[in-house]
Amino acid sequence: MSIWEYANPRRFMAWTAKVQPWAWGIAAALCGPGLIWGFFFTPEDFRMGHSVKIIYIHVPSAFIAINAWFMMLVTSLIWLIRRHHVSALAARAAAPIGLVMTVVALLTGAIWGKPMWGTYWEWDPRLTSFLILGLFYLGYIALWEAIEDPDQAADLTAILCLVGTVFAVMSRYAAQFWSQGLHQGASLSLDAEENVADVFWFPLVVTLAGFVALFIALVLMRTRTEIRRRRLHAISLKARLA
Amino acid sequence: MRALLLRDLRLAIRAGGGFGLGLAFFLILATLVPLGVGPQPDRLAPIAPGILWLGALLACLLSLDRLFALDAEDGSLDLIATAPLPLEAVCTTKALAHWITTGLPLTLAAPALSLLLFLPVQALPWLTLSLLIGTPALSWIGTFGAALTVGLKRGSLLLSLLVLPLYIPTLVFGAEITRRGAEGLSTATPLALLGAITLGSIAALPFAAAAALRINLR
Repeated sequence: MSIWEYANPRRFMAWTAKVQPWAWGIAAALCGPGLIWGFFFTPEDFRMGHSVKIIYIHVPSAFIAINAWFMMLVTSLIWLIRRHHVSALAARAAAPIGLVMTVVALLTGAIWGKPMWGTYWEWDPRLTSFLILGLFYLGYIALWEAIEDPDQAADLTAILCLVGTVFAVMSRYAAQFWSQGLHQGASLSLDAEENVADVFWFPLVVTLAGFVALFIALVLMRTRTEIRRRRLHAISLKARLA
Repeated sequence: MRALLLRDLRLAIRAGGGFGLGLAFFLILATLVPLGVGPQPDRLAPIAPGILWLGALLACLLSLDRLFALDAEDGSLDLIATAPLPLEAVCTTKALAHWITTGLPLTLAAPALSLLLFLPVQALPWLTLSLLIGTPALSWIGTFGAALTVGLKRGSLLLSLLVLPLYIPTLVFGAEITRRGAEGLSTATPLALLGAITLGSIAALPFAAAAALRINLR
């Protein structure tokens, strides 16, 4: 039995029905305590004071915003190559979540930026590439909404996702080329010399894992909704014919 | 391919509007900006590279929605698709025709219009060069966007939403070349990167555009 059998809509509904409550549970179990830990039981940073605590929302949402696009890229490729409908629907389901996460990351960044940098917005490469990522999400969602035939929409958005990925990456480097930044570099990389101090790091990792679980739960829920909507559509077509 | 190219060029020139529209828009933009921000040279000169590049970009965008839409409406797109010419070549030809009717005239007109915006004279060759290298990328990317939205009734608004984010790298490097040229700095790096974007777009995007066309014609 191959892994692709789980992509059969009927099977997908069966196993996601079992997995989904767990995903929600894990998300709640990690996000809740992680955020409480981060907000109330970590020391204040010696330079940033208590404003550092927004990091527990800012970093995980930014992380999801970027990786949701990669998930869409993978599912789009699976759709183009293997024609699994669930895959296309999962890409469609992930896009609005990615957009919301982008907005959350930008908003929390703005709230954090005001006391730290003295400005809500700065044309910094990281901020700029995030704004551009948001535009790509917008275009992708708009194309899904504009086309009526579902298979055609899935095909065209998948192609847009592939081309968009290349251009989004190029825009990121173009933005780096174009202006120097205020934003700090990566501070969570596994290979970096200096990372965030452990007191901040542990709750951050917990909230990151919680956001990943939340993303999985949301994508499953939205994909299941899409599958049900398709089924309803098919039923109503049949009823009209009968 | 040649027949298709000549046909597209002829249609663009004769069938009214398409050819001169982009240029006229460019001229209007270059007139409106000083009216909006004030006529002082020290205020206009620094923003001139960006305005000229933005103008070129928007003028390109203006004529994109008719690239495939007119052919799709009267059914000639189906004929072209069933012709022995592969769709990839069709997309390349369409993009080339679009460039000849918008990108090339814009490139030639830009130096004259840059005088309206007080762009320093030493930047003129760089402006022309950057537009010459960069506008093909705009046409090829736009052809891809037009192929994506050809089946839609109100595609042109969506088209700009899809295409403008894809134009970002081209705009950044193109305006950067002109700015550096105006300040007398070295332009080699952005020039090379802009060339890379154009060549990559010409090489890869016809395949994506043709795939999108096939889906739309299905």
